[in-house]
Amino acid sequence: MEENSKLRQPGGREPELQQPSDREPEGQGAAVGDGTVEAPVGLVRRDALKAMAAVASLPILSGLPLADAEAQTAPAAKAGAPASLQPPRAAGGPRGDAWDPDLLRPKKDWPRKLTTSEMATLAALADMIIPADDKSPSASAVGAHHYINEYVSAPGDGSARDLVRVRGGVSWLNLESQQRFGKRFTQLTVAQKTAICDDICYVPKAKQEHKAGARFFSLVRNLVATGFYTTDAGMKDVGYVGNVALPKWDPPSPAVLKALGLE
Amino acid sequence: MAAYQLAVAGLKVLVLEAGRSYDPVRETPMFKLPREAPLRGAGSREKPFGFYDATVDGGWEVPGEPYTNAPGTDFRWWRARMMGGRTNHWGRISLRMGEYDFKPKTRDGLGADWPLSYQDLAPYYDKTEMLIGVYGGDDDLENTPRSSPGVLQPPPAPRPVEMLVKKHATPLGIPVIPAHLAIMTQRQDANRLPRLLHPGNALAQRVLRQSMLQRQACFYATPCGWGCSIKANFQSTTVLLPPALATGNVDIVPNAMVREVTVGKDGLATGVNYIDKNTRQDRHVKARVVVLAASAAETARILLNSKSTQNPQGVSNSSGLVGKYLMDTVGAGLGGQIPLLENLPPYNNDGASGMHVYIPWWLYKEQIGGKLDFARGYHVEFGGGRGMPGNGSFNFLENQTEGAYGKAYKEAARRYYGSFVWFDGRGEMIPNEDSFCEIDPEVVDQWGIPVLRFHWKWSDHELKQAVHMQKTFAEIITAMGGKVNGTVQTDGSRAIARGGQIIHEVGTCRMGEDPRTSVLNPYCQSWDVKNLFVTDGAPFVSNADKNPTLSILALAWRTTDYILDQMQKREVG
Repeated sequence: MEENSKLRQPGGREPELQQPSDREPEGQGAAVGDGTVEAPVGLVRRDALKAMAAVASLPILSGLPLADAEAQTAPAAKAGAPASLQPPRAAGGPRGDAWDPDLLRPKKDWPRKLTTSEMATLAALADMIIPADDKSPSASAVGAHHYINEYVSAPGDGSARDLVRVRGGVSWLNLESQQRFGKRFTQLTVAQKTAICDDICYVPKAKQEHKAGARFFSLVRNLVATGFYTTDAGMKDVGYVGNVALPKWDPPSPAVLKALGLE
Repeated sequence: MAAYQLAVAGLKVLVLEAGRSYDPVRETPMFKLPREAPLRGAGSREKPFGFYDATVDGGWEVPGEPYTNAPGTDFRWWRARMMGGRTNHWGRISLRMGEYDFKPKTRDGLGADWPLSYQDLAPYYDKTEMLIGVYGGDDDLENTPRSSPGVLQPPPAPRPVEMLVKKHATPLGIPVIPAHLAIMTQRQDANRLPRLLHPGNALAQRVLRQSMLQRQACFYATPCGWGCSIKANFQSTTVLLPPALATGNVDIVPNAMVREVTVGKDGLATGVNYIDKNTRQDRHVKARVVVLAASAAETARILLNSKSTQNPQGVSNSSGLVGKYLMDTVGAGLGGQIPLLENLPPYNNDGASGMHVYIPWWLYKEQIGGKLDFARGYHVEFGGGRGMPGNGSFNFLENQTEGAYGKAYKEAARRYYGSFVWFDGRGEMIPNEDSFCEIDPEVVDQWGIPVLRFHWKWSDHELKQAVHMQKTFAEIITAMGGKVNGTVQTDGSRAIARGGQIIHEVGTCRMGEDPRTSVLNPYCQSWDVKNLFVTDGAPFVSNADKNPTLSILALAWRTTDYILDQMQKREVG
């Protein structure tokens, strides 16, 4: 089957937009060390992708405002799915509760419980865990500390338990900072913050008097990592290159095969 | 499947759905990212497989619809109360049962034989695969049947991790071959297939052609389990219901909680009673033929609840076997960290979402030769590599680095990201007397319908199989130069998943040759009520290590052919 026929609108309507599929891919692949192009992203150009989406319900996969993203699926929705499968919302759509949430417009409407000063401490700690470097920004720059607030404020026993752990931890951290250096954690130098973090960065190795702080640090590290690595900056940092619509699936590149001893 | 086949044959079909309407084309969140979901898409009590999982209004718990466990039983019953049910979120793994799987008792003396053979179902496997679109390879291994030429679509090339596992498993004598998944790597031939599948049936050809023209091939992004608006994979709501509705012969009533099959004085089914969930009214619908496809346990519940003076044990239960011989799949898993996978150049690992290759059971000869301490086999699903970062993806770093933070932490994330593999065994459970469901006489759900009570027990065959799984996975991980995460259990009860956790429950209305020892005949027709049929997992006599969906679909097609034949002969309806 020709590449082109894959991208026809159901029903055979001729597309009005030029299809990118019969041209060489114009994507900027992620260049790797030896100069080969890895995982050619054939369809990254937004206009080209939009053309495809219009033609073949191929959607743009990320980085779109919601309204735009919905426009991508609209043609498919109109493409003749029988009316009985598309009842009015009252009859069949999401109820918007936890068991049947609106997956396209999720509500995150629980009130946030942490105070501004607690958030300031967490932002400072988050940036000790994930500081800015030449590859990506710091955790607080992409709002990872807000994810901590979202999590500890959420309904459910686990979040309620961890709210105590985070709250208590923030207080403990500031008390420890006062005792050691006479200032709150946010006012410490990097060296001073490091001195405390070194004592609490790993539960099995922490002294008894630091165990509570270490358990807090452990939780915050995981929450910060989730908050950070699920953003575009975080995904780019570790080199996640998926979530791209491809016209076909290729075997691994020679560079990857070589690295794995699979040539 | 039954609704589709009966509708294209020209019959009027009413589908009663216990859950709500659901349209993946409109509702799938497939283009969302974890960061757009509450708690970065984490799983929860309400959404066990993550926020974006296609199952709505379902899970191991359903509000207002409890079930109970007998003392000492810990069984989890998954329900998907929505149109299309679990086909919306399933793993799309489509493995045929093989010759041994239909005659297990003949082969090793355990369990029971099916009243049909692989040859009886093979043509329906072919047709079902062509209808829904399945990719797969052409390997011809023992008890791992291949499809007829031209039936399957080409499998996608393996991912780097899959190639690496193959390289290191092969010397251990473990085969790694293309998997079979209900995902399309190319568009269906909408001009040829409908004619082939429905010869001489213009209506069927027309609606199927229309439906096939609306399906795109996979674009190798977004998780199948969130649903597929481009209709590249199989789910009832995108593949079977649209053409069924296009015939004009099907009505679907959602939010209809069927509670019993009604039977006339002549012993024939007259229809069903259901609770309209919107109004809480009890309603009755009449039918010439009743087909139950409510899921194995729910079907048993409906039959057992259909009690009357005429049928004190429930409908179709003269054998006393409704609810008995409940089975799930044996599950055990293990993961590992593989230094070879560290610091690789970036590569796209998304692929077709599900696995491109898998390990079929390979020790048939050793098993029948008495060299293993358990009787039945398992297949292995595995994966790893550079998936999309989600909730908790980097939690492993704390132990991996013994507490790194700061720049060292970021460097470790880059180094170790994608360096993990996981293996999941999926094995056959032998039916036993201690695993069944019955009506709990003391509890009703919010609709007033008596609920199920489960009894569950693994036999030594399953427990030892789970131990063998973990031992094997540890061997492969070690052969890859990796380090196993966690403990390799030697106690099966610590390795094995709980009953119901793998969500392959089947076997509550087994079919057979003899009405005294089975509920259904070889065509899934009730022995007691000849216009009553079952087309879900309930008719299964055994639960091979092959995920049940493909076999459920093939059996359903075969059953509808029989229904149509019997109606033509005026035997039924």
